[in-house]
Amino acid sequence: MSDLLKLSGVHTHIGRYHILQGIDLTVPQGQVTMLLGRNGAGKTTTLRTIMGLWQASSGEITLAGEHIESRTTPDIARRGVGYVPESMAVFSDLTVKENLVLAARDGPLDDAQLDWIFGFFPALRRFWLSRAGSLSGGQKQMLSIARAIIEPRKLLLIDEPTKGLAPAIVMALIECLKEIKRKGATILLVEQNFFAARELGDSVLVMDNGTIVHRGEMAALAADVPLQERLLGLSLEAHQ
Amino acid sequence: MTDLAANDPLPKPKRDIAPVLLPIALALLMIPLIGSTSSWLTLTAASLAMGMMIFIMASGLTLVFGLMDVLNFGHGAFIAVGAYVATLVLAPFAASIQADSLWMNLAVLAPAALLSMAVSGALGLIVERVLILPVYGQHLKQILMTTGGLIVAEQTLYALWGPQIIPMPLPASLRGSFILGDVAIAKYRVLAMLIGLAVFIAIQLVLNRTKLGLLIRAGVENREMVEALGYRIRRLFLGVFMTGSALAGLGGVMWALYREQVHASMSDDLTVLIFIVVIIGGLGSIGGCFIGAILVAMVANYGGFLVPKLALVSNILLMVAILMWRPRGLYAVTSR
Repeated sequence: MSDLLKLSGVHTHIGRYHILQGIDLTVPQGQVTMLLGRNGAGKTTTLRTIMGLWQASSGEITLAGEHIESRTTPDIARRGVGYVPESMAVFSDLTVKENLVLAARDGPLDDAQLDWIFGFFPALRRFWLSRAGSLSGGQKQMLSIARAIIEPRKLLLIDEPTKGLAPAIVMALIECLKEIKRKGATILLVEQNFFAARELGDSVLVMDNGTIVHRGEMAALAADVPLQERLLGLSLEAHQ
Repeated sequence: MTDLAANDPLPKPKRDIAPVLLPIALALLMIPLIGSTSSWLTLTAASLAMGMMIFIMASGLTLVFGLMDVLNFGHGAFIAVGAYVATLVLAPFAASIQADSLWMNLAVLAPAALLSMAVSGALGLIVERVLILPVYGQHLKQILMTTGGLIVAEQTLYALWGPQIIPMPLPASLRGSFILGDVAIAKYRVLAMLIGLAVFIAIQLVLNRTKLGLLIRAGVENREMVEALGYRIRRLFLGVFMTGSALAGLGGVMWALYREQVHASMSDDLTVLIFIVVIIGGLGSIGGCFIGAILVAMVANYGGFLVPKLALVSNILLMVAILMWRPRGLYAVTSR
């Protein structure tokens, strides 16, 4: 299977802090790659660097073989990368509809795609004309993901989508992400919820202090408690 | 974290009308204090006219603040340049301006206003590319660069037109007042109100009914996410900056006609009022800017009538009061 995304020796500085210290990773086409690690390990910085929101100080980032490390964020997005930030970042002052209209950059909203999204997130249909700022946390997360998949994307970068959500909402999100995966999407997913990671991940990367310290199959890590404790400081079961 | 399930009923979005009621309440409160109904009506009309002119000048600045977090202390230059450019058209056609025909007057005024807007907008393009582009994200440098730009613009106007005050008389058909009983409302003030209202409605239509408007509103709230959706917000900002500069130019023409004079430092006092309006309205909020402009004008007019000595500080007191009530302005759009 070919690699859709590849990072080679990527360093990122934020101010005087050296956050990413030579990241090498690959994200295979059509797979869900989990990015795990303790808080402050550099997971969010990795996604933001890929997205061009923070410029890599050195190293190479290629998307489908094309160098994107010096591209601007809009250029990277236009090459088919969807981004769901940890903060959700829905536009509170805009309605649910307006948020999705903006996300459908290349034209009018596709009815079939909308119906597919509404199948997972019926709340979005119900609150179609409500201001996004008045949605609950779970509904905002649904909107944030819907915005990323309203048009076909080559790659989805998703940062802790289940963070702080009620269990019922987490289950709905997992089902949605599974369906997106079944449709052949390539996803790089930062997640702290082990259940979600185990359900969704094909491969896993573990970060610590701005470097990748482990790479392998998600199933193998899920089955190896001593390895989890060594890499993450505690068993992944504790994250459930 | 408390969280609603996906299908729980959503709390109805609250319509925040308290700021809208504020100028109405202030106006009603003034009736007994002023005593005379005709004086109150005249002052209220003057406030609305002045408020509309300030709104036109401030509307671009609030979007620039909100959208790109740029502190443009040189906004006043566009006001002065707009007014001076209008003199270029109005002076050669003085006879048409003084003709007792509304259509002849407008046939000169409209091109003058359009040329002022075009020149101010073009100047906005140069200012954004030359002064602001190198200092994005650096507030102190923005203040220094734009203040420097304002000084250069003022001195250039002095060099080109001289230090004297240039008269800009009102067109003949806009002189005088409409008399309603014992109330006199200046014709020009009515025109200023209509133009201000038209600009407000046009901006609201663009912001709420077009994709461009959606992008501007989204960019004011979270420009990073707009870029992550694939939109080049710098281009959008340049367009907003030029439009804001052009509107400042239009406001400059209207203010010069209101005062019937033009001078290079005419924007100095206005700039303070404009910043107060932008701050109390909430950065990036056109609705807040509209209400803020009316409030500032009301405080200036009512305050000047009731307690003239208070007029110098009345707008600062208004800003303090509003910010104590709502620290991020009447309508907080950004988190700044």
